[in-house]
Amino acid sequence: MEPASGVEALGIVRTEGLTRKFNGFTAVDSIELDIREGEVFGLLGPNGAGKTTTIKMLTTLLPPTSGKATVDGRDVRARPAQVRQVIGYVPQMLSADATLTGYENLLIFAKLHDVPRREAGMRARQALGDMGLSEFGDRLVRTYSGGMVRRLEIAQSALHRPRVLFLDEPTIGLDPLARRAVWEMVRRLREEHGTTIFLTTHLMDEADALCDRVGIMHRSHLVALGEPARLKEEAGVATLDEVFIHHTGGTIETGGSIREIQRERMTARRLG
Amino acid sequence: MSVEGGTARSDAGGFVSKMLVMVELEARKLKHDPTELLTRAIQPALWLLVFGVVLNEIRIIPTGDLTYLEFLTPGVLAQSVLFISIFYGISIVWERDLGIVQKFLVSPTPRSALVTGKALSAGLRSLSQALIVYVLAMVIGVSLDLGPLNIIVMVVTVLLGAAVFATLSLIIACLVKTRERFMGIGQMITMPLFFASNAIYPISIMPTWLQVISYGNPLTYMVDALRCTMIVGGTTDFGLGVDLAVLGGFALVLVLIAGRLYPRVGW
Repeated sequence: MEPASGVEALGIVRTEGLTRKFNGFTAVDSIELDIREGEVFGLLGPNGAGKTTTIKMLTTLLPPTSGKATVDGRDVRARPAQVRQVIGYVPQMLSADATLTGYENLLIFAKLHDVPRREAGMRARQALGDMGLSEFGDRLVRTYSGGMVRRLEIAQSALHRPRVLFLDEPTIGLDPLARRAVWEMVRRLREEHGTTIFLTTHLMDEADALCDRVGIMHRSHLVALGEPARLKEEAGVATLDEVFIHHTGGTIETGGSIREIQRERMTARRLG
Repeated sequence: MSVEGGTARSDAGGFVSKMLVMVELEARKLKHDPTELLTRAIQPALWLLVFGVVLNEIRIIPTGDLTYLEFLTPGVLAQSVLFISIFYGISIVWERDLGIVQKFLVSPTPRSALVTGKALSAGLRSLSQALIVYVLAMVIGVSLDLGPLNIIVMVVTVLLGAAVFATLSLIIACLVKTRERFMGIGQMITMPLFFASNAIYPISIMPTWLQVISYGNPLTYMVDALRCTMIVGGTTDFGLGVDLAVLGGFALVLVLIAGRLYPRVGW
């Protein structure tokens, strides 16, 4: 799909003063982002910092309270249907349907994302092969390991070749081996299809290893933005963890509501 | 296509094909795990084989030219459809907690197509009940009208009825958002809908206040349509056209409301 004219020079994901309030509580406060085409961008921060709320606004799930956001030049508030044509999304929860096979999960979402009917089955099989899941394609997802489910979900969200793929905490609850497999997939998507990747994580080493640029969120604000190496240099420290401390005056502690923690535990249990 | 650009025809085509993808999803689930369809057969069996057979013997309810079992059979089918559909919304709460709803919503699928697809999926489950009720009715000697046109009208009625109650259920799920509260409300409205209808006794023997309620109850029109369609010699109180129009009207209004509420589930 061609990008809308005149946005080539500007970032593929842009926000200006993007803000979301919930009953007086400001979950995301005037965020300014400018994501370049083809980069892997990581939004960092502890639970409750506003990362998921930001992703929900960019994926049209949640209307912003004020401010502006565009994806591929399409306004998320004025043209949400157009935004949905060029994005893919993997939510934080393990969202593959456990009562269907891996193949069926892929097939249904290919169709929902306007992949032509004739091509949908073919692409689903191909994606299974790419992920090393071919022999499990016709088994129920219930029987998959957590790492397999995550890989399936990422493939599911990329079947229609989105220009921007949003991944909300893609490696939460995964063991180190499965995490590396997810990183590999992310890198391959970018290399093979030029997909721009927008992910959130609260793991600093993950951001350091995977992302071209990172933004650090703290209490609804974006407090730092740049390449990991530059952020470290500017703060005069050796790790992203220390960069985080430098900007927030504290370590990354797991806050978040009971609901978020419940959800995280549920995800972890399903990954079991 | 999208807001602007796409023609009316491609919009409509997109709507129907996306709706059918949602139904395909449901059909694939049922294929993998059909046990629910069998456990659902227990309740209509009890109503027909125990309740129906006993009341048929004592002839206490005036049912005109029909035997009580003939009168009851369409009511039991309508009741099964009501029970399946009114709890259908629980799947939306479940899918929301898993993030599946969010993925539906991020896909370029019209919200109304998602909602209508869900309504038709409940219809698909409900049709299995029709098969079960027809078999049970034959076993107890109810004279069913098996003409092809009658079968078609029955299927349409079941799909419309399921759409009405499943969409109502979806609206409730969008509003309450937790399983516990949803189950509470589901239990609270199911039996009143059932008793304030002509499913197991005619409206004419109800006290006036209950008659008024039952005239506003979509289940009444579903039972009325089924009664004149399924049973040899069955009659209608309102006319089949009125029945289907009322059900269609309810379904349309509820789908429009649900289409507005459904996106909020992803918040």
